[in-house]
Amino acid sequence: MNIVAQQQNESANLATQEQRRVQYAAPLVDVESNEEGYTIRAEMPGVDKSGLEITVDNGELTIVGHRRTSELTGEPVYREIRNNDFRRVYELDPAIDTAKISARIEQGILTLALPKADSVRPRKITVD
Amino acid sequence: MNIVRYQRYPQSDLSVALDRLANMREEMDRVFESPSGSFFRPLASLSRWTPAVDVYHDKDQFTVQVELPGLKKEEIEISLHGDTLTIAGERKPQGNADQGFRTERFFGKFQRSLTLPAVVNAEKVNATFKDGILTVVLPKAEEAKPKQIEVALS
Repeated sequence: MNIVAQQQNESANLATQEQRRVQYAAPLVDVESNEEGYTIRAEMPGVDKSGLEITVDNGELTIVGHRRTSELTGEPVYREIRNNDFRRVYELDPAIDTAKISARIEQGILTLALPKADSVRPRKITVD
Repeated sequence: MNIVRYQRYPQSDLSVALDRLANMREEMDRVFESPSGSFFRPLASLSRWTPAVDVYHDKDQFTVQVELPGLKKEEIEISLHGDTLTIAGERKPQGNADQGFRTERFFGKFQRSLTLPAVVNAEKVNATFKDGILTVVLPKAEEAKPKQIEVALS
């Protein structure tokens, strides 16, 4: 009957909606800045290079880290570690030269270097 | 109260703050439902940074995981005294402290001690450190492994 088909469609829609609403955790981040640019350090334990997605779009920096699925055997006795993937979004200072952003990850710490564009740095202007 | 994992929660973005609130609620729920009361000693509350710990077990071993991003393996001390495993160390701040304008990460000394509910074979304990997660595997001593008992029909 038609009603049955409609209900099946609805539950399929709900399932895809659930998938889209992945729960992310925000990584702890330290930000440093000086006149050369910014340095961002994000804590993402369990994430390696292949699990990282860093994108810059229209002045917005999005950092996503997927945790390596652990190959542990056994039942949990006590748990504090949250198993969520990481995500954090930043609005970038327009002075940053997005083409020169570099990233590296080591032992779960992602370090991003965001240098400011050369033209923005303070310059002395000579008088003729 | 049994287990208290206390961390100071600094000012931060609304989404990060809400995230922490949810995390805190979850932790408090877990504390009140957790049956193993004497598992952890409250030494953790003395140090500011308390890294998150998971414990798993199967019939042959315990596996303990600790989140320690940014440390080098030489900076981690693992010791086993009888049935108590202690993981300690110190994380030094990276970068230039005067230039930071947003610090959320914890630094300094940390220590977590856990008393395991079964005897372990101290010689066969091993630990690996990858992507900031320390995994310690503690094989159970032979006498602690579950044994099948045959029932004889008389």
